[in-house]
Amino acid sequence: MSDATTQPDMSVNIGGLIMKNPVTVASGTFGYGPEYAELVDLNQLGAMVVKGIMPDAWEGNKTPRLIHTDGGLINAIGLPGPGVEGFIETYMPFLRQHDVPVIVNIWGRSLEEYGDVAERLSDVEGVHALELNISCPNIKKGGNQFGTDATMTADLISLVRSRTKLPIIPKLAPNVSDIKLFARVCEGCGSDAISMINSMPAMAIDIETRRPILANKVGGLTGPAVHAIAVKLIWEAASVIKIPIIGMGGIMNGDDAIEMMIAGASAVAVGTANFIDPSTPVRVIQDIQDYLIRHNYSSAKDLVGSVVV
Amino acid sequence: MQIEDVTVEKHDDFGGGYRLLVLRAPGIASESVPGQFVHIRVPGLYESDLRRPFSIYHAGNDQVRLLYKAVGTGTNAMLKVAVGDTLSVIGPLGRGFPTDHGDTFPLFIAGGYGVAPLSFLAQVMPCKGVAFLGAGTASDIFCVEDFERAGWEVKVATEDGSMGSKGLVTGVLDDFVEGYGDPTGGSDKAALEYYGCGPGGMLKAVGDRALAQGCQGWLSLDRHMGCGVGACLACVQKVRNADGDVSWARGCREGPVFDAREVVWGDNE
Repeated sequence: MSDATTQPDMSVNIGGLIMKNPVTVASGTFGYGPEYAELVDLNQLGAMVVKGIMPDAWEGNKTPRLIHTDGGLINAIGLPGPGVEGFIETYMPFLRQHDVPVIVNIWGRSLEEYGDVAERLSDVEGVHALELNISCPNIKKGGNQFGTDATMTADLISLVRSRTKLPIIPKLAPNVSDIKLFARVCEGCGSDAISMINSMPAMAIDIETRRPILANKVGGLTGPAVHAIAVKLIWEAASVIKIPIIGMGGIMNGDDAIEMMIAGASAVAVGTANFIDPSTPVRVIQDIQDYLIRHNYSSAKDLVGSVVV
Repeated sequence: MQIEDVTVEKHDDFGGGYRLLVLRAPGIASESVPGQFVHIRVPGLYESDLRRPFSIYHAGNDQVRLLYKAVGTGTNAMLKVAVGDTLSVIGPLGRGFPTDHGDTFPLFIAGGYGVAPLSFLAQVMPCKGVAFLGAGTASDIFCVEDFERAGWEVKVATEDGSMGSKGLVTGVLDDFVEGYGDPTGGSDKAALEYYGCGPGGMLKAVGDRALAQGCQGWLSLDRHMGCGVGACLACVQKVRNADGDVSWARGCREGPVFDAREVVWGDNE
């Protein structure tokens, strides 16, 4: 228990990665770092998660790539990026100047490509962990069947595990019938943590033209609309695994983040809210700290999974 | 670029259904150049609604001025903003028009309220040129006095003929260029340089003319934006570099103003 003169311990340990506070940003919503650096002090974040990286430079989808819907956004950006070498050369020097652990989100068109990116990043100074996007729309097997097939998920994590010593954090898809199965598979195959949830497959149609609005026809729903789904899935996953969870899905404020931690997330990531108010992660950090003080918690860790059922 | 809580100083009818919003935004005003935009969190929308981008009509004396018309959810919510309200604004954003154009003779081509940033540009450009303003009808033609006060010649075209010449703005443009002679600067005249802001079809027509005539052209493209700062990669535009390689550029970072030679038309959707 803390008294008025002691600040609660905000640090959390995500599979060996020490975050000074439990708040990071969701991959794809904060670029590679420089995009928001004039508006937000990156050093205040618990960790910086960059947009998805694969072996080669990748173009992404045609436009429209992003649309608004009540309660969130549907995006089908298509993971454009500079490729792993482009990322290391262009962005790592910038990121190394900051006092914030860097988690690189990686993806590939095949198992081997995941392994190649993971291995390449393993020796790069300043890369602290890898988040595996196992529900990306652009891989050979098609759709996000990949991240919704437990056998393939196991094969992928085992392969990446064999190619890197960095902490690995698979990012789980929400659209599976049994999230506990996937959480267990991730843990069993050597993951150091998991993150969840990825965006929810979604679609919007222009009723005048009767055409899908997104060029990719379908996309991923994010924002407040998916928050309650994320809370439920995190609660279920946390009940069957010991490795930590980075929770995400529609966090707009401190209350949303605290709720997710109570459900079982050791850390949280702000996503869609960054586009609307880039100061959201910093505000959430402060709100969590205020909550801990108000409820006499000495550590953010005490909050994790404290749901009363 | 900065995020600033700004006060609404004025919010008036501007005629033709347009509104003038004047913000006290000293930080953003001091950094703004014509062609840049601000990203506003419009009060009264859902908490997950994105900011809305607005082209800067004028900036200076600690103020940022915007022109808009209520056409969608965001701009209709903007109507309710009152003098004295505080708005969260990010700006200035994007790459604006170049103002160091050398010895060329500038031609501005505006469609509808694409005239706003070009009016700003006319105020800061050291030399005078001709502004071609086009719209469907007379009520969508405005800012004529801005250009005239700055010493610019103004030529107007409306599709219904209610003001100026009847037809598209490119019609009056073509008439002018034909009379000018050699657009690349022969016969002791300065080479022409094109600056366009308006609908995509108009911009392509302007860009095509600049390229065909061997002149420099600058086009402000309106791409549907998300974050406004270059992170979400929603507002991308296909561009071709000097080596002929085609790639995506971000409308909010590398744009919204693009060199006409760079723009790859019709391959975004």
